[in-house]
Amino acid sequence: MKRKNTSRPDILFPIIGALAFLIVLSFLFTLIINLFIDGLEKIKDPSFYVSFPSRFPDQAGILSGWVGTLLVMAGAIFWSLLIGIPAGIYLEEYATKRGIIGKIETIIELNINNLAAVPAIIYGLLALGIFVYRFKFGESILTAGLTLSILMLPVIVVNTREAIRRIPRDIREGAYAVGATKWDTVRDHILPYSLGGILTGLIIAASRAIGETAPLITIGALTFIAFLPPSPFTSDFPFISVDKIWEVFMSPFTVLPIQIFNWVSRPQAAFQVNAAAAGFILLILTVLMNAIAYYFRQKVRRKYIW
Amino acid sequence: MFSSVAHKKILDKLMLAVFFTAGLITIFITVGIVYVLLSDSIEFFKEVSIKEFLTEKEWTPVFATKKFGIWPLVAGTFLIAGIAMLVSIPLGLLIAIYLSEYASVKVKEIAKPIIEFLEAIPTVVFGYFTLLFVTPILQKIVPNLEGFNSLAPGIVLGFMILPYTASMAEDAMKGVPQRIREASYALGATKLRTALTIVLPAAVSGIVAGFILGASRAIGETMVVAIAAGMYPNLTLDPREPVQTMTGYIVQVALGDLPFGSIEYLSIFAVGLALFLIAFIFNSIALWLRSRIREVY
Repeated sequence: MKRKNTSRPDILFPIIGALAFLIVLSFLFTLIINLFIDGLEKIKDPSFYVSFPSRFPDQAGILSGWVGTLLVMAGAIFWSLLIGIPAGIYLEEYATKRGIIGKIETIIELNINNLAAVPAIIYGLLALGIFVYRFKFGESILTAGLTLSILMLPVIVVNTREAIRRIPRDIREGAYAVGATKWDTVRDHILPYSLGGILTGLIIAASRAIGETAPLITIGALTFIAFLPPSPFTSDFPFISVDKIWEVFMSPFTVLPIQIFNWVSRPQAAFQVNAAAAGFILLILTVLMNAIAYYFRQKVRRKYIW
Repeated sequence: MFSSVAHKKILDKLMLAVFFTAGLITIFITVGIVYVLLSDSIEFFKEVSIKEFLTEKEWTPVFATKKFGIWPLVAGTFLIAGIAMLVSIPLGLLIAIYLSEYASVKVKEIAKPIIEFLEAIPTVVFGYFTLLFVTPILQKIVPNLEGFNSLAPGIVLGFMILPYTASMAEDAMKGVPQRIREASYALGATKLRTALTIVLPAAVSGIVAGFILGASRAIGETMVVAIAAGMYPNLTLDPREPVQTMTGYIVQVALGDLPFGSIEYLSIFAVGLALFLIAFIFNSIALWLRSRIREVY
């Protein structure tokens, strides 16, 4: 009897499919290797990490870039958690979807889905129009942190909700049965059990935000910053000055991705070495963050098995 | 005892209010976007008529005779997104079918995070790679390819949106119940035939939703095109020439010093509004398609 079940396309197809995946893999691999080779000279040069940008490519470094990235990300994480976790808790624990409030809840839910799909540069325009010009925050670290926090918000809300949803109903019923209020339950049970999932979401969101360039260019981030924000610490008691902290918030800044963009767009080839080196460092940062999130997620899943 | 209970109840109500407020703030973000885009666009359209914006074929805001016809920017945007889709759809579909119907669990567990990692790579890094690696290679293959062009960014964007075109398509195909495949095998269909004539059509709305979200992503992408496509508004379909996209224009203007209220400042909000509307339409179609998935079975 002739075998009709496995014709030639049937044998070929999985090979073609695997090849397609290999193309993607080699694309990624080439990207990483290419950056590494192009930037090697600067990657291994310690002064690159502690120098300010310069007109001379061999003296230029990423000091103001990574300090700016650190400060902006700290702000972004703070704001996005401040709004994202409560919003996620509300939608998962409190929303009843009944009556007029229920309508608002549905709008909040749809809205967060929509926010996730808005092009990042639109958030830059929002920040330019509202934070920079209408609130007069200027082109500052504060504005940048707020802008990136809006980008992170949908990811945080979605991950918070998913983490909370995994907690079984019994836990809540048990808490209510011994007289706990809803807030008691959230504080003592829901939040602790979902913290791992929330943190995973935070790391993923932060790994996206750390590489964002367009919204920060839109708010007018400068590309050439040859100074650091003032230190808020003082020599006298209480060793920290509120005025100085405000100065840090309002300080102009640059971040790693903007520094890279600036170097890429220069005609001199020597600057491209700097761009490749900084790009490689940024890429490694995002790889690490994603790896941590991946590991964390696996661990959390094993920790609580209901 | 009683006061403690009353205290608890007040705290409970208070926290409800706090959580609800956080939810409301997310709505204000969208309200803020719409408000800023509309109010500054209205100012823009006081100086440039909507008719000129939609019918003029030139975009020359930095010239002495300023012309504000959005079509060159829209054409540049869609040309690059189109090239990205030409790369991403076949590649994504092949990978999706392979991962969903053929690959072992182990391969899948490694492959999915790798594909999804493409979304986490900073786009400015893709931009560097496009300008200084992909374009020079393409110049050896494609005659008359300029240093800035829409071909190279289009191809790179095609890879960048694979998390949508491959990964989401795979999710959709995975969602097709196993019994439908078994029924097909029972009738004597091969694996490939089952994949192409049973699973693919059953998952089609999810797959197309992924394609549309991917296209929307390519349309809104900024850094790759700002770095590698050139900054030249060009009403062309020739992928070898430099073009400017809507996002590229916003970056170009933002890099200069913007006086608040100037025509250049206002023009990026009008372009932003057009971009927002396009993205909104694409996302709404994708959401509608995804909501249909549940109705099939």
